[in-house]
Amino acid sequence: MISLSDVTYHYPRSDSPALSNLSLEIPAGQFCAVIGANGSGKSTLCSALAGFVPHFYRGKLTGSVEVAGIDTAGSSLAELAGTVGLVFANPFNQITGARFTVREEVAFGLENLGVPLAEMEPRIDEVLAFVRLTDLADQSPYALSGGQQQRLAIASVLVMRPKILVLDEPTSQLDPIGSKEVFAVLRDLAATDEATVVLAEQKLEWVATFADRVLVLHKGKLVADGPPAEVLSSLTLTKYGLEPTRYTQAARAAQAAGWRTDETTLPVTLEQAVEFFR
Amino acid sequence: MKLSIEDIAFTYPGGVEALRGVSINIRSGEAVAIVGENGAGKTTLVKHINGLLKPARGRVVVGDWDTREHGVARMAARVGFVFQNPDDQIVERTVGDEVAFGPRQLGQSAPMALANATAALEMVELAAESGTHPYDLTAPQRKLVTLASVLAMHTPIVIFDEPTMGQDAHGVALIGNIIESLKADRRTVIIITHDIDFCAAHFERVIAMADGCVLADGPATRVLARADLLATTNVEPPQLVRLAQAIGLPAFPLTVEGFVTALLEHHSKDK
Repeated sequence: MISLSDVTYHYPRSDSPALSNLSLEIPAGQFCAVIGANGSGKSTLCSALAGFVPHFYRGKLTGSVEVAGIDTAGSSLAELAGTVGLVFANPFNQITGARFTVREEVAFGLENLGVPLAEMEPRIDEVLAFVRLTDLADQSPYALSGGQQQRLAIASVLVMRPKILVLDEPTSQLDPIGSKEVFAVLRDLAATDEATVVLAEQKLEWVATFADRVLVLHKGKLVADGPPAEVLSSLTLTKYGLEPTRYTQAARAAQAAGWRTDETTLPVTLEQAVEFFR
Repeated sequence: MKLSIEDIAFTYPGGVEALRGVSINIRSGEAVAIVGENGAGKTTLVKHINGLLKPARGRVVVGDWDTREHGVARMAARVGFVFQNPDDQIVERTVGDEVAFGPRQLGQSAPMALANATAALEMVELAAESGTHPYDLTAPQRKLVTLASVLAMHTPIVIFDEPTMGQDAHGVALIGNIIESLKADRRTVIIITHDIDFCAAHFERVIAMADGCVLADGPATRVLARADLLATTNVEPPQLVRLAQAIGLPAFPLTVEGFVTALLEHHSKDK
């Protein structure tokens, strides 16, 4: 569970707030997507949930951020690491550079948490299979392609099974079906393991298909909050620098060209679009 | 300028076989998108076009230059290359100097390089950041800086590795417009992308790669319609093509307008 109460944050030397009066609660077991144009505050929110704001970036934070009952400002990054996992936008920044193989890289977080070796091995095997890196387990992390490095970054965090999982555009370099699979697994982690999942993303089709809830940020403010079908079909989306899915665009264009349907809401997913055009 | 890739193979030190016999011919002024799963060999392939990598077997000929006989610096006059990760590419301390770096390396005078850099920065809407340190920009902005660096060099061939990565809707539209203007100039544009809807909107020819080989190469309407084949390399057809197939529309629409036209036509035939 995550709770933000009137959170405002300024980066050092910045006059305008990166986050502005944010208040919201995300219950355990919810898969919550955060969308918005670049510069809207998505990454800053992710950093705040993991404690990097303010511990790493400094700057000025007011209000309170609580994750699983821990006040982030009052605890160290080391204390938070066992509770919150953060996948960075750029995998090159996530890879430790302190391990020689993909397998050792995935083990790094578990070693720091003091997980026994016998438990470590099967967990690493499972997560490497999921991100399809089993065949590359003995390669150097730096021998991987960009997309494979991003898969590795996701694996390194998933393997720790954090109660709160925060991901900042983790699929930007993944192949299309690989992206979809990551979304599906995040939904499952939230639904079955009661993890709280917060995902900053641009891929609205998969947000629409898999997320329970969508938050829209605009200039550091929360401007929309609701189920994907409602938020993503709204006409205000473009006002915030977001482009609706092709399904919504096609439905709107077809209606304008005289297409008649009994459906009252515009589709945001393939499944809904099939209903709409039936 | 024509480009021919003739049965090339490449293995990285450490044993990863990245290319296993790839042949592609690209005509002057063509717009080609390369798609495929992570690790398929896409980036390795394009690094052969600007001579950054030399094939272990086969050859790459750019115009009349065999890449094995020319250094990367010389190849840069013909092939502009935007890396996937902008931080692999940035060398200067201001955005303006960064974008002028390429033209200067090609031997342009300082005022000429500056004029080219300014025009390129205007195209990516970063002219106001000319005096800024590249690392004071966000990662998506740095990617646009590297795009401008390549535009400023006016090479006959440009290669973009994942140009829309990390961009929001406005950034994607901006890059789409740049690609359209390069096409209008009859420059050869080659991109690697996972953004299949972007690919459908701007590219007439699509090459799908898997496991170091070419899986399919042809018109976008044909390659992007083959769901079964694309799935073997972890790619899905564009949203509108999937929708058309799901509702039984006998068309492969790559644009919203194309979809609506096909929908209304099909429906009026039903009646």
